Amino acid sequence: MIAIFHNYGGLLLQGFGQTLLCSVIALFFSLIVGSMFAIFETTPIKFLRVIARIYIEVFRNIPLLVITMFFFVVIPMFVAKINGFTAGTIGLTIYTSAFIAETVRSGINSVDPGQMEGARANGLSWWQAMRHIVLPQAFRYVIPPLGNQFINLVKNSSVLAFVAGFDLMYQGNVIASDSLNTMSTYICIGILYLIITLPLSYWMRYLEKKLA
Amino acid sequence: MKDFINAYSWINIHYLLQGLWITVAVSVVSIVGSYVLGSILGIIRYVNIKVVSPIVGLFIDIIRNLPLLLIIFFTYFGLPNLGFRPSSVWATILAMTVFESTMIAEIVRSGIAAVDPGQMEGARANGLSYGQAMYHVVLPQAMKKMIPALVSQFISLIKDTSLATIIVLPDLMHNAQIVYGQNSTYILPMFLMIAIMYFIVCYALSLLSRSLDRRMS
Repeated sequence: MIAIFHNYGGLLLQGFGQTLLCSVIALFFSLIVGSMFAIFETTPIKFLRVIARIYIEVFRNIPLLVITMFFFVVIPMFVAKINGFTAGTIGLTIYTSAFIAETVRSGINSVDPGQMEGARANGLSWWQAMRHIVLPQAFRYVIPPLGNQFINLVKNSSVLAFVAGFDLMYQGNVIASDSLNTMSTYICIGILYLIITLPLSYWMRYLEKKLA
Repeated sequence: MKDFINAYSWINIHYLLQGLWITVAVSVVSIVGSYVLGSILGIIRYVNIKVVSPIVGLFIDIIRNLPLLLIIFFTYFGLPNLGFRPSSVWATILAMTVFESTMIAEIVRSGIAAVDPGQMEGARANGLSYGQAMYHVVLPQAMKKMIPALVSQFISLIKDTSLATIIVLPDLMHNAQIVYGQNSTYILPMFLMIAIMYFIVCYALSLLSRSLDRRMS
């Protein structure tokens, strides 16, 4: 194992960086897209609610791999050539945003409806009330589940290995087939993933206890 | 349009359905295995047995924070290093069962923890042993709270079987790749078809969970 770290340190580090980069980009965009659809779902406008419901149900019930491969295989045929990293990140963003939308929506719903009514009665528009009164309270509820979504996102980013995204898992396979020592290679890769996910998961458990 | 009609010829659809069958079969075996193993692990973690529970807890935390893909690789390419060589079907089932049982263990543990402790105390005060109180009083109530989380875990298990295409499990995703590999005009129709097939299976399960949830509350 130490030999793996010693001989392939550069590759491992590169893969680690790509995994982190892709996860952070996908988290950023899926937070935006997810919150947008969550707000759509709670608006009084029926059309937006239907759109949001369809988006969430469709992308929650299709495997991430299918979405990612769609961007890697189908989109280059009709639209534009995109590399594996981009395809993987787009796939991850779409997939995760559906889960984040569901999380944020339940956060918004757990805010007392009196808050919205009170804000509206005080003359705020629906959007102002949402933006200044409801959302800040909702985000407090959803921080632990959002953290868990981020952990899932980091784990799911291993799907980049399918589309030559040069992430940790991809480099792991390169190293495994080069060193022929599959067992220790995968243990090394596992340790590197745990470095990201394990502290996050303990932190989220702590937050859950603190906020409960 | 012509591409779609050609792509959806019976021979292709039949091949996809064979893949769907493998996906469903592997998922069902893994669901049953991980449900049993996960409940045991979750209960062990909850009841706090000396030495055993912390070790089980550490095992759960480590496995559930790893990508499933890594565990699939580990069982298929890593275990042969130790002299154990499972086929791709069994490697998938083994990997899914181990991974999902740790996820289910967490659901079971938090489900039990969410039951009012007064229930356990009351049952004990009425003369039931710890095991009896757990089995007859606490677990049925915990079960009710766990159903939505369990079903969504099972849905993600079904979706995640698609990852096993990488170790050549002949599942839905893999068979679709073979079909569109023959003819590039089939790519779009095949993606639409497998998306619909996965969607139907997973959405049906989530509808089932919703109706179960409604009936129980």
